[in-house]
Amino acid sequence: MFKTLAELLGHGLKNWSFVIGGAISLLFFLVAFLSYFWTPYPVEDINISERLLKPSTQYLLGTDHFGRDILSMLIQGARNSVIVAFVAIGIGIGCGVPLGLTAAARKGWIDEFIMRFNDLTFAFPALISAIMITAILGPGSVNSIIAIGIFNIPVFARVARGAALSIWKREFILAARSAGKGPFKISIEHILPNISSMLIVQATIQFALGILAEAGLSYLGLGTQPPMPSWGKMLNEAQTFMHFAPQLAIYPGAAIALTVLGLNLFGDGLRDVLDPKLRRSR
Amino acid sequence: MALLQVQDLLITLKTAHGPQEVISHVSFSMDAGEKLGIVGESGCGKSITALALMSLLPPDSRISGKILLEGRNITNLNSREICSIRGNRIGMIFQEPMTALNPVKQIGAQVSESIYLHTKLNRKQTLEQVIELMDKVGLPMERFPLNLYPHQLSGGQRQRVMIAMAIACSPDILIADEPTTALDVTVQEQILDLIQDLADSSGMALVMISHDLGVIAQTAENVMVMYTGNVVEMGSTIDVFQNMLHPYTHGLFSAIPHVGSSAKQSKKRLSSIPGQVPELHLRPNGCNFANRCQRASSICNEKEPSETRISEHHQVWCYHPLNRQDKRKIKK
Amino acid sequence: MRIFLVKRVFTLLLTLLVSTLVVFVVLEILPGDPASIMLGINAEADTLNALRQELGLNRPILVRYASWVADLVTGNLGISYTYDVPVSELILSRITISFPLALMAMTLSTLIAIPLGIIAASNHNKPMDFMVMGFSQLGIAIPNFWFAMLLTILFSITLRLLPAGGFAGWDAGMVTALKSLLLPTIALALPQSAILARVTRSALLEVLKEDFIRTARAKGVTNQGALWKHALRNALIPVVTIMGLQFSFLLAGTIIIENVFYLPGIGRLIFQAISQRDLIVVKNLVILLAAAVIIINFMVDLLYAAIDPRLRGGKDV
Repeated sequence: MFKTLAELLGHGLKNWSFVIGGAISLLFFLVAFLSYFWTPYPVEDINISERLLKPSTQYLLGTDHFGRDILSMLIQGARNSVIVAFVAIGIGIGCGVPLGLTAAARKGWIDEFIMRFNDLTFAFPALISAIMITAILGPGSVNSIIAIGIFNIPVFARVARGAALSIWKREFILAARSAGKGPFKISIEHILPNISSMLIVQATIQFALGILAEAGLSYLGLGTQPPMPSWGKMLNEAQTFMHFAPQLAIYPGAAIALTVLGLNLFGDGLRDVLDPKLRRSR
Repeated sequence: MALLQVQDLLITLKTAHGPQEVISHVSFSMDAGEKLGIVGESGCGKSITALALMSLLPPDSRISGKILLEGRNITNLNSREICSIRGNRIGMIFQEPMTALNPVKQIGAQVSESIYLHTKLNRKQTLEQVIELMDKVGLPMERFPLNLYPHQLSGGQRQRVMIAMAIACSPDILIADEPTTALDVTVQEQILDLIQDLADSSGMALVMISHDLGVIAQTAENVMVMYTGNVVEMGSTIDVFQNMLHPYTHGLFSAIPHVGSSAKQSKKRLSSIPGQVPELHLRPNGCNFANRCQRASSICNEKEPSETRISEHHQVWCYHPLNRQDKRKIKK
Repeated sequence: MRIFLVKRVFTLLLTLLVSTLVVFVVLEILPGDPASIMLGINAEADTLNALRQELGLNRPILVRYASWVADLVTGNLGISYTYDVPVSELILSRITISFPLALMAMTLSTLIAIPLGIIAASNHNKPMDFMVMGFSQLGIAIPNFWFAMLLTILFSITLRLLPAGGFAGWDAGMVTALKSLLLPTIALALPQSAILARVTRSALLEVLKEDFIRTARAKGVTNQGALWKHALRNALIPVVTIMGLQFSFLLAGTIIIENVFYLPGIGRLIFQAISQRDLIVVKNLVILLAAAVIIINFMVDLLYAAIDPRLRGGKDV
């Protein structure tokens, strides 16, 4: 692990994936953050007289079918994506990592049980879980957070368990055990810090996947509800106007693709920098 | 004409510290049927030398000098020509039998692959050949059917399969790179005996690479001592072992623990060569061993020693080779 | 070998059983009163009670669960509340679209991805490799429904080559039917193939570093030979894992794509069921989809044993 952030950055800046991905991701987060303070136009305003305008100096990316400024909607949509994906990772890490660590520490039937539970959750992809949840609770961003978060749990559990198992075999763990440390303490003090780089990399990946999943759910109407803009919902609304205003479909989709691309590139670069031993053939 | 002649071999590898010379000024020759041992610590370049003979160096490495196989330079061949030499004229067995075989292929198929590649035998003939080979290496078909998978065999058995693969086409030279290091002690003897018998009976030349002086003593008639990419002493095994000239060679021998019978001997501490093997990019000017050598003088630190021919079968690369009096002094 | 099979079948049945438990708990227990969900908040008490009678909601939980599982096993998937038609009939009519679509998408994805992965691995760090990696990164980042829209904009609206949506039915002729399924197949397949290509490439590159590849080359096997005859089969193991996992993503993808192209398949069925709050259809369809994923993963496990002899538990010498 790197002692200082500066060291990390130093190595990172030599890696083009880290740089480009990092730049795009940073831009994305900044835009999301910006949305709390300012958007070019308020997104709640509906201006039918200004509907479907082409890009101009007034409306940088044009307007949609309700006369809303597309750029403003994209900016707020960024915030929405960040929040959903972020909380979903929180759920995944918060529940998944303890599960994985326990499975690695205890082995035996607890391990079996947790792994079977994992496999089971893989059988219900995020979408199906979301469908079940919204069938009962109704649509909404909270429900989509829960659905995506639930799917993150087995992913992090699996990664945490795999990484933890390989650390458990190491000699300094044997030393700690001989000194009388219990598995819980060992997991927290020794295992966790050593697997943190793998978890961070996985978190970047799951974050990107979370954005995609949120977009998919909103597109289907199961996720974020209006008036909060979401990129997925924008795409859904754009579909009706594909014939005469195709640009409505292009912007939000490009935003999603660009953000996910940036996050994935950053995740790859981060993985190379944090642990070259982890480096798979690039 | 010698079977194999290596002339002034220099190999550069790409490392984290930039391109480094891992082998320099390495020259030796082998006649048909000769058994040469290459000895040295880990990282001294013995495996790299072997890989160079097989043209199995990493793609971003640079090689200069000549490797002549029966007069033909094999350092600058195209890939088709190289592939016709590997396994066919020169065979090689590696250190880790547990990972050296394809886990999803049957052992019979892995042995017969060499035969298919280099001969024009038909299926039936190939099968007969494979059965004969497996028998030769101590894996008779009755107990070891050819459709077994590597995971069903022990380490020693897998090593025997590797040997069978390597000698399948009766190569002129067999290179054995630490073939017994990863095996149990009891199995080591068996494998070494097997390799020797095969070499003797077929007239194959043998290159035995090891860090274990005992293995070299047992199998090699000539020996080459390497240190940090250079040859420091070379000669017949008897000459070098009984009359070692290079301080490093002496250090290697002294580091072997002796089970003493007299009280005086058992009180002696285990001697070791002071200092550490320098990293590739931190090698000193002049003789690489100078900073660990008790006999070093100023010239040792300035210029690399060149070859001194002590006798017809004994050469050393040192400014201050040992003589009998020195050795008696050191023993005390 | 037999022990391996028995263990796997046992795990399969157990997983299926637990899935039914999960679906049952989530869709029948947690909401409290399924009847009021189905009829809405404004329903009258009488109608609610009638529905509860009809659905047997007044029976004890365990009885309800047991009879549902028994129904599932015998193929009785209940009667749709909205259409008053057996759910199995509904599913059968829709599956003639969804199943061919999923199958074609999986096939196309594999046909694109594996050759690309092999090409990338054999040209490691050369331009071809970078191109495949670039394609892969893009494919992963692009949402498949957006890609579907882009395809529609290009091929249906601008070029007018293919229909933008809808499905005329297989009776209208193979060509017409396939034309309707072409864009959806591509939209589904391409993002999947991006991931699969990347996995194939890295699996191959990892295997090519292994000791036994060096042994093969020492025998005189060419680089190409080493890749095809030795590396590929070993690399298939992680590739097949991902393909199994991809099936569940494919299912999710089919649901979305059917909605983009207005194809009357399983995906749209589940959608309509949700908006109509037809819990019976939702419940039985979800368990069906989950079962499909579990069974596919079971078959993937069997495939492992076929590829990797180490898993078969054979006799040691």
